[in-house]
Amino acid sequence: MPDIETAAARLAGALKKYKADYIEARLERSQRSHITYRGKELESAGRSTAVGGNIRALVKGGWGFVSFNDLNDLPRRIELAVKQATLVGKEESRLAPVQPVVDTVTSKEDGPLNIPLAEKKKLLDEYNQIIWGTPGLRTSVIGYADSHQQTIFLSSTGSYIRQPRTDITLRLSAVAAGDGDVQQANLSLGSRGDFSPMRRLHKEVEEMANKAVAMLSAPQVKGGEYTVVLDPVLAGVFVHEAFGHLSESDFVYEDDRLRQVMVLGKKFGPKELNIIDSAAVPGLRGSYKYDDEGVPATKTYLIKEGKLVGRLHSRETAAKMGEKPTGNARAMNYRYPPIVRMTNTYIEPGQASFNDIIAGIKEGVYAKNWFGGTTSMEMFTFSAGEAYMIRNGKIAEALRPVVLTGNVFTTLNNIDAIAGDLDMNQGGGCGKGGQFPLPVSNGSPHIRISRCLVGGG
Amino acid sequence: MENILALSKKVSEAAEVFEVAAEETSAQFETNRLKNIQSKQSTHLALRIIKEGRLGYATTTGRDNVKELIYNAVETARFGMPAKFELPPLSSYPRIDIFDPAVEATPLEDMDRLGQELIELITAHTPEILCEAMVGKETESVKLINSSGGQAEYKKSIFSVGIYGSLIRGTDMLFVGESRSSCNPITQPQDIARVVIQQLELAKNPASVPTGQLPVVFTPRGAASALVPSLVTAFNGKTVLQGASPIGNKLGKKVFDAKISLWDDPTIPYRPHSRPCDDEGVASRRTPLIEHGMVANFLYDLQTAALAKTKSTGNGDRGGGSLPAPSPSALIIAPGQTSMDDMIKDIKEGLVIEQLMGAEQGNILGGDFSGNVLLGYKIESGKIVGRVKNTMVSGNVYQVLKELTAVGSRAEWVGGFLCTPPLYCPRLSVASK
Repeated sequence: MPDIETAAARLAGALKKYKADYIEARLERSQRSHITYRGKELESAGRSTAVGGNIRALVKGGWGFVSFNDLNDLPRRIELAVKQATLVGKEESRLAPVQPVVDTVTSKEDGPLNIPLAEKKKLLDEYNQIIWGTPGLRTSVIGYADSHQQTIFLSSTGSYIRQPRTDITLRLSAVAAGDGDVQQANLSLGSRGDFSPMRRLHKEVEEMANKAVAMLSAPQVKGGEYTVVLDPVLAGVFVHEAFGHLSESDFVYEDDRLRQVMVLGKKFGPKELNIIDSAAVPGLRGSYKYDDEGVPATKTYLIKEGKLVGRLHSRETAAKMGEKPTGNARAMNYRYPPIVRMTNTYIEPGQASFNDIIAGIKEGVYAKNWFGGTTSMEMFTFSAGEAYMIRNGKIAEALRPVVLTGNVFTTLNNIDAIAGDLDMNQGGGCGKGGQFPLPVSNGSPHIRISRCLVGGG
Repeated sequence: MENILALSKKVSEAAEVFEVAAEETSAQFETNRLKNIQSKQSTHLALRIIKEGRLGYATTTGRDNVKELIYNAVETARFGMPAKFELPPLSSYPRIDIFDPAVEATPLEDMDRLGQELIELITAHTPEILCEAMVGKETESVKLINSSGGQAEYKKSIFSVGIYGSLIRGTDMLFVGESRSSCNPITQPQDIARVVIQQLELAKNPASVPTGQLPVVFTPRGAASALVPSLVTAFNGKTVLQGASPIGNKLGKKVFDAKISLWDDPTIPYRPHSRPCDDEGVASRRTPLIEHGMVANFLYDLQTAALAKTKSTGNGDRGGGSLPAPSPSALIIAPGQTSMDDMIKDIKEGLVIEQLMGAEQGNILGGDFSGNVLLGYKIESGKIVGRVKNTMVSGNVYQVLKELTAVGSRAEWVGGFLCTPPLYCPRLSVASK
């Protein structure tokens, strides 16, 4: 079987020879390794390699997509993609124009590949020892994974882009158990290839294990409406779930009713609120130079001074909405077509300090750290890994983890204070359309939300 | 494959090669029309070895790089978990019908037509609804050989249909949907459309529930989103072995309501989660998990079973290409005596939960769940009066399942993985605004 370079060279001139409005190909080679601990023992260590690719064709507004592991006989795959697109297409093909790009992106960040598995394991052993040094623990899980992908993107309009991507994730959780009761605390982080953040976690791991044990004796919050303060990690999940997904144009572009809801200029939040998505910020998990349609990454203001000013686009959604492409079409790997996704999404820092924010709260909830989040566009829920009551302007007793839920359109308006301490959370992964987990980052300073519905975890 | 096994045996004490080759094609509909046709060809090759008593593991996507595959498996075996089991020798498997050549033979035009008809039935009821739909077919060939002489090989076909509708009025959004799958082709859209149309009917009027303790009926889809994730974790032999399952030391004890029986069953003909053997070559069987409220068994793969000094239940699963781990094949909850209508008639003020969002984010291990009612209805004086919004429910799976008022008389498949009747719970904590 040819390697991806040989296969790409064969495709380069061929893509424009077919009867289609547009054809692109993405070829990919990847290597991964993972180490998992469950309890005191290493549970699994594995390595994998993959070679694959896809062809995507557009004919009269209809798409055909073919993915494969076998790189032989690519002309047959192209024919199939074109045939499928032809069967679908009954309209007009519209793609926002972009300049063809010929580029080879290089990266210093192939770090994890050069670190022997033995060294990674030694580090995880240290963390596991710290976890198991904590009395009262029942079990623990550690999951480490790294991957390095090399992709080649080609299009019938002449783009030829080589791009690497490295991603590292580490997730640790400690589980404490008491009388018929189980509680867990988590720590998760990731990086765009730099292994060094994984090395400095000894103190955080110890705190995590202690938290799991402490939660067993913590009370459950009484469900209801509260003034809620979110830490940067959780506020980042909030901005991703509560607003980010709604700004993805593929939900909006062919839905007239939703287009009216998401009309540019509409007020979504207070004047102090600015929300940005940017793959162009270097070094974060959602960063890249070109998206999976070969469009250069941009910095996009989604909300500026409380008003909707932009949204995330693929070439198709941009053309159909008469807006500029933003370079947000991403695919998890060669098995999937690119769809509109977030990259690095964050709330810009404001002026207040953390103490200013909690000072006036008589009874509220301080929710920290990330556990999960999901959205239905109108409604969102996300769960905190840690929570405390706020009483008379001070952090009071610890609570069991809480789940926060609300309506996107009212909750953003209920943000009434934004601190200056922006921090990016690199530990998440985003799921959409069956593509999970896509590397993203999100962040925020501390924020305060009045009237947020809180349920016990 | 035989070649890989032979080379691996030279560098290890035991080896196993597992291969899945799949071809799938799907027609995808957006905003009520066909938008995209996708075909995916894939091969997945996994090598598991035991070297100096330890497990090594590597995967790849083709047979080109056998050397690298073996090298990677050997490298990981330096650190791998000590292997406590032996690979199963050649054995006989139950005959389970899971392949229908009619799936592969279904032309794209028929898949397109089925999707269109489904969308037409729903838009005829509610013209302003926008539907996404998917009609897909897949054929999968699974092959396993190991150095103990074990061999397994089977072919499976899967046909699936899903539809998701959104109805937007201002910033008020309603989401409805249903999906079905089978090893036979699905040809009629009516059954699926009926479920969606019923959701639209019940959600027509807005309603609100008070904050407090209310009786709740979980529909099969509601039970799947709220209650099942915790049970899946709790009955996993690995969770039990680690002492993290709340029911781990309750084998033979009555923990749940006597009206509940639950089992794992990979042997039902033409169900997408059925198979003659698991991903380690252990024969499929039906495994009771709850018998009339009593904890009956946990689910095991080879390694976990060996560590727990018991036998594999044939639940070794390689989901996502990972090392085998215990996982249910398909969970079935036995139907009870009460019709859904009678449950609703019995309630003066309460809630029907059709879909709960975010429940899986809670403390799954402890059984706590909490979520936003994405689709749910208010019951007033024995009747469904409308859709509730801005409502959150929370509770604990073990408390809910310890005392049920009734178990529904009709079980339904949800997402191919779970078959359950509606469950009627006397009280649950509800918060609304």
